[in-house]
Amino acid sequence: MTTATVALKIDGLEVTVSEGTMILKAAKDNGIIIPTLCNLEGLSPYGGCRLCLVEISGSPKLFPACITPVSSGMEVTTQSERLTEYRKMAVQMLLAERTHICSVCVANDHCELQSLANQLGVDHVMFERNWTSLEIDSTHDFLVIDRNRCILCTRCIRVCDEIEGVHTLDLKLRGKDAQVIMDLDEHWGGSCSCTSCRKCAKVCPVGAIYIEGEPVSHTKHKDIAEFITERRQRKWKQ
Amino acid sequence: MCCSSGCAPLGAFKVLKAFEEAVKEFGVERECKVAKTGCVGTCSVGPAVVIEPGDFLYQNVTPETAREIVRDHIVLGLPMKDMLYGNKAFFEKQHRLVLRNAGKIDPSRIQDYIAMGGYSGIVKCLATMTPQGVIYEIATSGLRGRGGAGFPTGQKWGLVARSHDTPKYIVANLDEGDPGVFANRTLAEADPHAILEGMLIAAYAIKAEKGYLYIRSEYPLAIQTLQRAIAQAKSISLLGDNVLDTGFKFDVELRFGAGAFVAGEETAILASVEGRRAMPRPRPPYPANSGLWGKPTLIQNVETLANIPIIIQNGGAWFSKIGTPRCTGTKCFSLTGKTNNPGLIEVPMGITLREVVFDIGGGVPDGRTFKAVLVGGPSGGCLPDTLLELPIDYDSLTRVGAIMGSGGIVVLDDESCMVDTAKFFTEFCVDESCGRCTPCRAGLTRVKEIFDGITTGNSRMEDIATLEKSGVYIRDASLCGLGQTAPNPVLTTLRYFRDEYVEHIRDKTCRAGKCFKKEEEV
Amino acid sequence: METVEKTKLATIWLSGCSGCHMSFLDQDELLIDLAKKVKLVYSPIADVKVFPENVDVTLIEGAVANEDQLSLLKRARERTKILISLGDCAVTGNVTALRNAWENSDQAVLQRAYIENANVNQQIPIDVPKLLKKVRPLHEVVKVDYFIPGCPPSAALINYVVTELLAGRAPNMEGRSKYG
Repeated sequence: MTTATVALKIDGLEVTVSEGTMILKAAKDNGIIIPTLCNLEGLSPYGGCRLCLVEISGSPKLFPACITPVSSGMEVTTQSERLTEYRKMAVQMLLAERTHICSVCVANDHCELQSLANQLGVDHVMFERNWTSLEIDSTHDFLVIDRNRCILCTRCIRVCDEIEGVHTLDLKLRGKDAQVIMDLDEHWGGSCSCTSCRKCAKVCPVGAIYIEGEPVSHTKHKDIAEFITERRQRKWKQ
Repeated sequence: MCCSSGCAPLGAFKVLKAFEEAVKEFGVERECKVAKTGCVGTCSVGPAVVIEPGDFLYQNVTPETAREIVRDHIVLGLPMKDMLYGNKAFFEKQHRLVLRNAGKIDPSRIQDYIAMGGYSGIVKCLATMTPQGVIYEIATSGLRGRGGAGFPTGQKWGLVARSHDTPKYIVANLDEGDPGVFANRTLAEADPHAILEGMLIAAYAIKAEKGYLYIRSEYPLAIQTLQRAIAQAKSISLLGDNVLDTGFKFDVELRFGAGAFVAGEETAILASVEGRRAMPRPRPPYPANSGLWGKPTLIQNVETLANIPIIIQNGGAWFSKIGTPRCTGTKCFSLTGKTNNPGLIEVPMGITLREVVFDIGGGVPDGRTFKAVLVGGPSGGCLPDTLLELPIDYDSLTRVGAIMGSGGIVVLDDESCMVDTAKFFTEFCVDESCGRCTPCRAGLTRVKEIFDGITTGNSRMEDIATLEKSGVYIRDASLCGLGQTAPNPVLTTLRYFRDEYVEHIRDKTCRAGKCFKKEEEV
Repeated sequence: METVEKTKLATIWLSGCSGCHMSFLDQDELLIDLAKKVKLVYSPIADVKVFPENVDVTLIEGAVANEDQLSLLKRARERTKILISLGDCAVTGNVTALRNAWENSDQAVLQRAYIENANVNQQIPIDVPKLLKKVRPLHEVVKVDYFIPGCPPSAALINYVVTELLAGRAPNMEGRSKYG
């Protein structure tokens, strides 16, 4: 069964992709990397971090590439002075929001937020930094969550719900007080639903969820969701 | 006798009882009927009482004066002139269409609503119009969504009607969360059937069979009024499996909010009705194609819906002549703040801010000077005296950095601090942010922190540029309307009242005398 | 014969571990070229007691944690044209600022160090500079012109920024601002 294809331009480059493809993937498949934090191939898109905002000619609005599907004749711009400024703002706001000190973090050198700040040249944060004291839960045998490092991308929530299927993780409270919790806000060690599959640690872009005693370079596995999702789809096709 | 949430706490029910006793005492039960009604609009002079015929409005009525009114006005035929509400200007420039029955009918009696011509709209649709014909009439009227965004209603209905998927749903939005706005609440308390009839007509037009009326739990009187109205409508076949024996099916269920302002956002309301966390989601897909449980859904503010019955009764062309060509009809506003006549008003679109503030509002009390008018609640703009000639319509307001919003107009005088005002609304949005997107959750909190510094003497001139830059970013990058409009108070006060920011930061003075009450340590 | 005026360079360490200064010195033989262009007028590794006037460039390592550091920072800002935050402590607060997560940490850290964990002569020191309520990165206190993140920033990075500035160009920090 063939799917319809769509032809569009990304940064002047003419590309052709399957109908229904999101701009983010269309760009990636053609060598154009748009920065993201909350997006993870294999999980439903969230559209929350706003790093992947792109310009589409004909509209003054900005569009999140992770959740905007391509359309015929679309002209997308992924790099511009304005977009770079906005990405730098987003990273600075995230760094100021909770306690992000790379030198003492378990994810130092393996952190997507750190790499993004480096890539964009965010050499300082224009806002006063917050020094939060949110609960660190290390009651689980080996999984630890340090909520002071969390950027609320919800990759952990989505992987636990969509891939592992148990939905142990979710959010409590709202806005700046929002936190990732286990079950009905109980300690991880006593969770009746957690299967200890570690996928949350594998997909966390920063050092918020990690495995005690294991180097982060070993734990992190960005492709896990895409891998499992594709395997499942191939199974159905058989 | 207004017994709405405005007059009730002022003793309206005691006054009502006094009237009933006085009527009995003077033996005029057959000549005089005492009825509970909804709000008349003059909220600052409650309890308010209207004597018909003659449209006599009595203000600040007490149980004692109630007896006097019955004795002198009703029995002896001598209206008590010095107790009447004397401010004709308050009503002169208003045009009460949405609030047509407010203060005139007993909202707990469906018979009253029907006696005023209510439900003749849906009858006309069922008997003589096709769904497309109904949509055409709404489109002709030029009605735009009254929830704040101002999307053309007829167009919205057309989008949902064209969707082939079934079943289709209607969601009526009564999650009115703007601080200081009580227009939707008042409408529901005064004339609940106007909303229900609007839903019925919409359901007929787009072929929906189920409607959800989402109301915030902080409105107990409105909830009670609507519950009673729904039950009464059901009892005479105006709702249910076989509306007026035509085979048309439509039922309405109430759903309650749980204390989140963001739940009033279109996609958040859908999540909440589905029992999920009330967080907005990105679009596409749009609710018209994929809303409740993935099905086509029409979401409308209750004020928009209350316009529908009279548009059907009188025709779209009639409605299109009210207001301005691009912005037809009227708009309800909660007028509050430093004004002589606070209350609920309804004005034709295109009326100027000056007329609202000075004619209807009666200007600023206590000899103080007008400074600014806030239009649009926490998502709105602070406009200075140089913009008083601005006509109130969606496009003019957006052009100056404000929004129509759900209808809040707050008047400020020289004792109000514009920096503190912007800070107050920013704090509100920070508390209500759902937390999904970086600009609103992380960015707006940074803006609030800068305001904390400015109002306590811990800031630098660079903070002004940071506020501006952050505000523009949050406006352009946020996922939903909350974040997109939250910077408006900040950006408009920076644009029109920059001096006050400079005075706070450079000179550590607040010309209104509000800030710098307590110094914080570095 | 024309003599080129040497750029007056100063370095300060506030609440830092001196690692950034070590990294500065790790420029090794590149320091020789640098020495041809700059004159070190104040530094913890030089014997100058008072921060001088008319400094061209000042590199400051460490966060601002006590009143002495606060006044030195302010004096440096007044007397220097270009002020650079050197290293994560100066740029973000870093390890030094971790105590900010606790309320009244200025008292709490002294309690823990000098009373609870002391075996003999338990007492809070009285003749040392008073701790600030919150430890701050430099730009939260004074205007900072350039930033060099890193813990420590590599010698190559320090060299890049300083040589760019000496050549009259603003350094391009894209790909050069990794914290940690």
